Amino acid sequence: MAQIHLEVVTPTGPVVSEEVDIVTAPGVGGEFGVLANHAPYLSTIKTGTLSFKKDRQTRYLMVSGGFAEVSNNKITFLVESAEAGFSIDVDRALRAKERAEKRLAQAQQSTETINRVRAEAALQRALARLKAAEMSRQ
Amino acid sequence: MPGLKDVKDKINGVKKTAQITKAMNMVASAKLRGAQEKMESFRPYAGKFADTMRDLSGGMENSDLPLMEVRDVKTVEIVVFTSDRGLCGSFNANIIKAANRLRKQYEASGKRVQLVTVGKKGTQFFRKTGQLRTSFNDIMGSFQMFNAREISHSITEAFLSGESDQVDIVYGRFHSVGVQKPEIEELLPIKPLVTTEEAAGKSAGGAYTYEPDPAEIMDVLLPLFLNVQIYHAMLEVGASEQAARMTAMDNATKACKDMIKDLTQLYNKARQAAVTGELMDIVGGAEALKG
Repeated sequence: MAQIHLEVVTPTGPVVSEEVDIVTAPGVGGEFGVLANHAPYLSTIKTGTLSFKKDRQTRYLMVSGGFAEVSNNKITFLVESAEAGFSIDVDRALRAKERAEKRLAQAQQSTETINRVRAEAALQRALARLKAAEMSRQ
Repeated sequence: MPGLKDVKDKINGVKKTAQITKAMNMVASAKLRGAQEKMESFRPYAGKFADTMRDLSGGMENSDLPLMEVRDVKTVEIVVFTSDRGLCGSFNANIIKAANRLRKQYEASGKRVQLVTVGKKGTQFFRKTGQLRTSFNDIMGSFQMFNAREISHSITEAFLSGESDQVDIVYGRFHSVGVQKPEIEELLPIKPLVTTEEAAGKSAGGAYTYEPDPAEIMDVLLPLFLNVQIYHAMLEVGASEQAARMTAMDNATKACKDMIKDLTQLYNKARQAAVTGELMDIVGGAEALKG
């Protein structure tokens, strides 16, 4: 099967760089899949789970805020953070989720929208992390 | 002639100082390596980001994006990046001097200036101007993206609410281990990146399918772009600080060694004088006994 080169780059360095069969990513307009020789494409990415398949094995990554660019049979993700599903500490992620939920509840009562936006972002990240961890364990 | 014991104590004291400065030099050089690695791993991200921004901004009207809006400048916000700790030569002083000059320039042209400081040294200095809007301390050295995000969030808020009409950043750029210079850059409003002929030709083809449309992508990308620039400034300052400290501590160690040399000479002279004095006494006594 024809393959596409996947690259995931974060400010702290590249996370993934390999040939894969298919990539599924959380676009702003919904999830989208990219196969080999996809037409040039650019989309923003929201916090969520990115998955890619290679040799019948699917791997999951938690990604947050950025964009993806497809050109010349290569897909590049520029995201602010990325974590491999299998390396995620589930307990820690759970605790982070609870913290975020608590903070969100507090923020909802106050009038400051910034705090709410931040708490929501934190919760989304925690959820995405948990999902990525869960899926890579199946 | 100072007493023998005094000189000996002084020599020991200077030796201890030399040990400390030597250790600090080694710590700084290890930290510099870490900072440089961070910069190295950040480069692909920043490079790719700039490329995409260039591609995107090539074919669009930028003025309708709030972060690119050019307004009549009444208030200028200057964001000053310094280190949290001293003992790094004139590094912080140079940045502060450059920022202060910029501040006075703007004031001379009748603009209101407000300041944001990142790093304790700058905060300490600019606090007394009363123009400090906010400051971020004790975040240098850890180089976390969320720190950069927080800073850019605060700057963006101020810009969008009209509290500032232009934002400049001042930071220490790392040229080499020996050279770090203060650098002034305009951050907001974001200027469309200059497109070279070649890049313009490439993006004019419009081969990309955008989702959502380019304007909306830009809306998401611009804040991220700010994060990138702030993070970059933080990395530069972090690396420069360590490099400056390395040089400063190296000089201090050298100065200590010179001092030890001089003091040892003084010590030997004093000892010799004492020995000579005693000999004179003995000889004098012997002469007296001879009668």
